Amino acid sequence: MVEPQRMKPLVDRGALSTVTDVDFAARLRPQRRPWEAVIESGLFVAALVSVLTTAGIIYVLGYEALRFFLLPQVTLTEFVTGTVWQPSIDQFGVMPLVSATLLTSMIGMLVALPLGLFIAVYLSEYAAPRTRGVLKPILEVLAGVPTVVYGFFALTFVTPILQNIFGRNVVEIYNTASAGLVVGILVTPLVASMSEDALHAVPDSLRQAALSLGATRHEMALRVVVPAALSGLAAAFIVAISRAVGETMVVAIAAGAGPALTLNPFKGAETMAGHIVRISGGDLSYDSVDYKSLFAIGLLLFLITLGLNLLSQRIVARYREVYE
Amino acid sequence: MSAAQRDPSVTGRPEAPLLRGQEGYSDNVTGRKRQARRWELLFIVSTLVGIVALGSLLYNVLDSAYGLVAIDVKVDPASLARGGVALEALPASELATLLREKLKKRDLKTIEKEQPLAARSTEDLLGIVQTKVVGVDVVGTWVLSDSLLRRRAIEAELARTHPNATLTFKSWLRPAFLSSQQSPDPMLSGVRSAILGSLWTILVTIVVALPLGVAAAVYLEEYAAKDRRLTQVIQTNINNLAGVPSIIYGMLGLTIFVRLLEPLTSGAWLTGATSATANGRTILSAGLTLALLVLPLQIINSQEAIRAVPGSLRQASYGLGATRWQTIWAHVLPSALPGVLTGTILSVSRAIGETAPLVVVGASTAIFQDPSGPFSKFTVLPIQIYQWTSRPQAEFRSIAAAAILVLLAMLLSLNAAAVFLRNRTQVRH
Repeated sequence: MVEPQRMKPLVDRGALSTVTDVDFAARLRPQRRPWEAVIESGLFVAALVSVLTTAGIIYVLGYEALRFFLLPQVTLTEFVTGTVWQPSIDQFGVMPLVSATLLTSMIGMLVALPLGLFIAVYLSEYAAPRTRGVLKPILEVLAGVPTVVYGFFALTFVTPILQNIFGRNVVEIYNTASAGLVVGILVTPLVASMSEDALHAVPDSLRQAALSLGATRHEMALRVVVPAALSGLAAAFIVAISRAVGETMVVAIAAGAGPALTLNPFKGAETMAGHIVRISGGDLSYDSVDYKSLFAIGLLLFLITLGLNLLSQRIVARYREVYE
Repeated sequence: MSAAQRDPSVTGRPEAPLLRGQEGYSDNVTGRKRQARRWELLFIVSTLVGIVALGSLLYNVLDSAYGLVAIDVKVDPASLARGGVALEALPASELATLLREKLKKRDLKTIEKEQPLAARSTEDLLGIVQTKVVGVDVVGTWVLSDSLLRRRAIEAELARTHPNATLTFKSWLRPAFLSSQQSPDPMLSGVRSAILGSLWTILVTIVVALPLGVAAAVYLEEYAAKDRRLTQVIQTNINNLAGVPSIIYGMLGLTIFVRLLEPLTSGAWLTGATSATANGRTILSAGLTLALLVLPLQIINSQEAIRAVPGSLRQASYGLGATRWQTIWAHVLPSALPGVLTGTILSVSRAIGETAPLVVVGASTAIFQDPSGPFSKFTVLPIQIYQWTSRPQAEFRSIAAAAILVLLAMLLSLNAAAVFLRNRTQVRH
């Protein structure tokens, strides 16, 4: 607070200079600064771009998908229940694409969930700081490799290995097993680093309590720390599933080019994302049925991944244990 | 304590502690310790599996990028020497004449259509002479491991199938690979236009995503009231956008930038081209799509950098009578700059490896010229890798591997720059 008495000398000094009392009072009033307001609204618009992006995605996918479903040869029932996806003969059952997506994601998760969790437990509960310092950058490198490189890896390394193990006549060149395994390797760093964060957030007092009661290190890790971090781990797993479902290049390169309803992981089958990439890679007329159908698949893919991401956020918000 | 006291039958106190070897003593410690060792082994093995995965990924790429190549020749190159000058030393003009003499009209026309002979480099012409006139024919390629371990067997087999063929060790990643245009012939094809396309696209992405991301981060951190509903919506939305599959961004880019904004993104408003010839599948569209893709990442990283600026800095600035924007511009942003730049490099390394959205946006596959600006048709490195990987011939696998090495080298230098920046900031604070 500014006391009137204290103002006095200032005013006196003002009187000494050319500044009059009136001017001084005017100076103390907050100035209008139009630029500040302009800049603030400019920054606000920049923040809105992300909201507009979401709106754009929903509008674009929704509009084109709607145009697809309004076509006379397409029905929603067929889209959901049909078992053949062949736009050239007006067969629009999305099931083969969904089943292939689930198959590759499931195989991927069978690799990534245990592997990622175990790596996280090792890094967080066992590894010495120096070992951690070496291992974490390796994981980061693994996470930073472009997915197209993983696709190359799946086709030229994993598939031949599978063919050597199970026989060339059993394992096709393009197969969901190889794509799924590599998708698993691809999301492992994500699972490991998110899980490690969750484990890291568990306070040391819990560990010390467990150890002082005579627990071995693995009992402490698996029966105390992991349950305490469960919500964070669940969130990590769900984000990983969402990532695997949306993964495109690995499946586009290694899983096969052609929708097929099969649960045999050694046969080729096309996933939703893989189908979108293959079809849009060719010359496509903007008015064709194929073009519109891609957006229906895209909308489904978007809804699945969005649902999974929201679920993961809900779990974290709802079940997170907050430690002092 | 004597043994008699500890015996339950004597003292009548069954709760008394037992020692190993006594009757009624059950030892679960040994079992638990064994189990603990087993689990620890499992954890270590899992971590090793992760390292092995990275190792085999790199091994596999290197294995394909180097190796033996068997080449069969139809015409002896020595017979093509002119005036005592060997074929390899001939100037471009002589090579062009040679091609006009020796090639069939039809073949010549196809080559001229790609790029006129007069406009081609000496190296390029020599390559054409070698494939079309000399008839350099790749009769076999082997990966590095086979080349080293099974060289005898390969030579024996080759002597049987192609007695005239010569076996040479080839590094598919070579200077000419970086500097030459792509070509249908894997022996001559290069990644020049793809590298330039990637660089142009990334440039557009940075120019758009960096200011937009920083501006949004400044708004969210310095202006927005955290408990306001709108702020929370924006923040949640950014987190959700970060989880949207990249291919969805491709579909957004295709509809908005390639189709809706075609007059703008095709450059028709600059060149005055009619809408019939305009094509929105340009570097600009691709860069904008990638900018939207990395924007959430850029915002989140910039927010963290701004949050790390100590509050005392702001208070000092306000205390001296600076306005909010003056404080941000003169103190917060300069102080957050290294962190922001580190975040930018991370988003760039994400963008540079993205393939799926650009396939959807419509990168062209057959590009024989350098991109000349944001309105060029283009191809990028990851798409080139995708195209070559999809071919069944082993030679294309090899150049795909070489292109992967180029891409990884670009990423590695970017990450090195990020680490360098991060270390500098740590020293300063």
